Amino acid sequence: MVNLTETERITLETIKKIVQKDIRPMAGPLDEKGEFPWHAHKVFSEVGLMATLIPEEYGGMGLRYLVFSMILEEISKVCASSALLLIAQADGTLPILYRGSEDQKKTFLPELAKGAIGAFAATEPSAGSDILSMRTRATYSEGLYVINGQKCFITNGSVADLICLFAYTDPEKRAKGISAFVVEKGTPGLSYGKNENKMGMKGSVNSELFFDNMRIPESHRIGEENEGFSLMMKTLDSSRLFCASQAVGIAQGAIDEALSYSRQRVQFGKPIAHIQAIQFMFADMVAATEAARLLTYQAAANIDKGRTALISKYCAMAKFLASDTAMKVTTDAVQIMGGYGYMKDFPVERMMRDAKLTQIYTGTNQIMRVVAGREIVRGG
Amino acid sequence: MQGLKTPQIMILESVRRLARERLMPLSRELDLKGEFSWEVVELFGEMGLLQIFLPPEFGGLEEDKCLMFSLIVEEVAKACASSALLIIIQAVGSYPIVESGSQELQERVFPRLASGKELIAYLVTEPDAGSDVASISTKAIKKGEYYLIQGRKCFGTNAGVANLSSVLTKTAPSEYTFFLVEMNSKGVILGKVEDKLGFRGSNTQEVFFEEVLVHERDIIGKKGEGFLLAMKDFDMSRPGIAALALGIAEAAIEYALEYATKRVTFGQPLIKHQAISFMIADAWTLIEAGRGLMSKAARLWDQGIRNTKYASMAKCFCSDAAMKITTDAVQILGGYGYCKDYPVERMFRDAKLTQIFEGANQIQRIIIQRELLRERNINLD
Repeated sequence: MVNLTETERITLETIKKIVQKDIRPMAGPLDEKGEFPWHAHKVFSEVGLMATLIPEEYGGMGLRYLVFSMILEEISKVCASSALLLIAQADGTLPILYRGSEDQKKTFLPELAKGAIGAFAATEPSAGSDILSMRTRATYSEGLYVINGQKCFITNGSVADLICLFAYTDPEKRAKGISAFVVEKGTPGLSYGKNENKMGMKGSVNSELFFDNMRIPESHRIGEENEGFSLMMKTLDSSRLFCASQAVGIAQGAIDEALSYSRQRVQFGKPIAHIQAIQFMFADMVAATEAARLLTYQAAANIDKGRTALISKYCAMAKFLASDTAMKVTTDAVQIMGGYGYMKDFPVERMMRDAKLTQIYTGTNQIMRVVAGREIVRGG
Repeated sequence: MQGLKTPQIMILESVRRLARERLMPLSRELDLKGEFSWEVVELFGEMGLLQIFLPPEFGGLEEDKCLMFSLIVEEVAKACASSALLIIIQAVGSYPIVESGSQELQERVFPRLASGKELIAYLVTEPDAGSDVASISTKAIKKGEYYLIQGRKCFGTNAGVANLSSVLTKTAPSEYTFFLVEMNSKGVILGKVEDKLGFRGSNTQEVFFEEVLVHERDIIGKKGEGFLLAMKDFDMSRPGIAALALGIAEAAIEYALEYATKRVTFGQPLIKHQAISFMIADAWTLIEAGRGLMSKAARLWDQGIRNTKYASMAKCFCSDAAMKITTDAVQILGGYGYCKDYPVERMFRDAKLTQIFEGANQIQRIIIQRELLRERNINLD
């Protein structure tokens, strides 16, 4: 299924080592403290992971989506929050990459590649799944846009150096009236509300953003005016692939933990791994995770090969299948580890909390089924 | 619930009011701080909720004890699962004494439990003996008319806050015996307090017994009766765990239902979308089915009829349902459901424990099949 080049294989091997050395030991403390993963940001910046998808000419790694997916999976096996940092980074980067002018690319992409933090800001208090209900408004006057409104749950929001912001430039026109902008940290009129206190994915910052007469030069608009919605959707397709990879990684990480526990834990005179009920759980967990992984790789390959008609459907299917799998697998991993699994001394309870978010963010699994179902019924 | 008498309905009504007015406002804080609440102990003690299984002269209920116990737990769990667990553990800890304690022991202990101010823990689980209870290694060694208890118990609910405990020990290689142990005895040493995913308002603590001296009068029931008593205890407690799971599930889906009637997406309330309303329909179907199993298991116990199979079915079914329902409730609330400003993420975390404790659900399935064979007089061992 997966054919990697020698370079890609070496990249993945290197990242596996970094993950074991720098990310794994910090995953527990990071969850406990509930902070932005600065340690991960540092090491990711050093090895270029903040710019996996940015072409080499702009200072990035220029990786295939498939390889980036595999990297996210590797990181998520031990720390989903650290992977989320890279996902939000990609979400903030891709709109510039997809539709940015040459000038914008030359200005912003090398910065992001050096470790500037990106974010993607679309969600609002009354516009989650129903994104067209957003109210943030950008009004044009004399070479700049004045933006008023608020966003919420924005990953990397309060730490981001560059925010890709979506706002209505023509609310009457709904989907045909949204535009995208690059907002730099420190822009007057930009302020931060609270960072959410979440159940899981605690090593990730989710912030409220407020815009009060925030002035953005026209040169910071990404793509044409009123064409932001299709850019948002295109970016979200990719984001869903990344979320799927993260979910596969969480599931695999939980399987690895439960497996090593159950080989050692003796009850009724033998390791519980040798008890049929437990083996069947593992069989189901691994089969489901493998299926989700393969579908995720297929979705990645569709983007890499430019099979545009298939991208939305496959990314949506991979996202809900992988995240539903991660939820079930992590719940079962805690079950296999019993009372110990329920305690914070072992990582599976964190994985279970983290898994729940993958069913929700970047389009709930209900929205994923809307997207996939519509494509399927249409005959796609 | 059908077939309840007026006084029983009144008890449940006042429990419901207590849960709504006193526990609901506390539950979030108990979870966030991870603190045990003596205020809740006091409230329950005064209302008689810690005394349900004691003889009536000590504040216990006259009849339908297991059913009322379960229904009370369900009501409390809707507001605060950690508080509901307090009621269950008090019942579980005192049950060996109620069932089999000598007259002397009962006279010594019942007045203290009747006060509603003292807690009793139930210490059976050990690091190497969870599902496999028979593997415990805590020993009680006879010295004249005394015994010396040596060993280590873990995951002891209320261990750090109880004055009394029922401790399962081995008195011979295959002989299990319960002892009543005063927690302030010399040699009882409290270990670490567990940092748990959920039930954070409940105390779970490790206990070391280092040559703890107890008298043979402190044996609960007969020497060697311990394993049987532990199993009988489960017949009483598992309908309660089922009720605990149901209470959590009901509260979560009720919250989600109300949210779904107010949250507007795509121009209409969330609940008008089939994808959401079907989730809610499935949740209530599971809850109603679970309540049937739970009440059947409890009523059989009250009638003195062997309920082992139904108790296990109820525990397993209701806790699996609670896990699914709370997962869906968080889903319905979306990003908000994932944040601590809303109660459903706590319910999700709490639900997971109900699949694990009082016998992991895998053990329940073993028991169910064993009972199925027993009913058919099939012996394959």
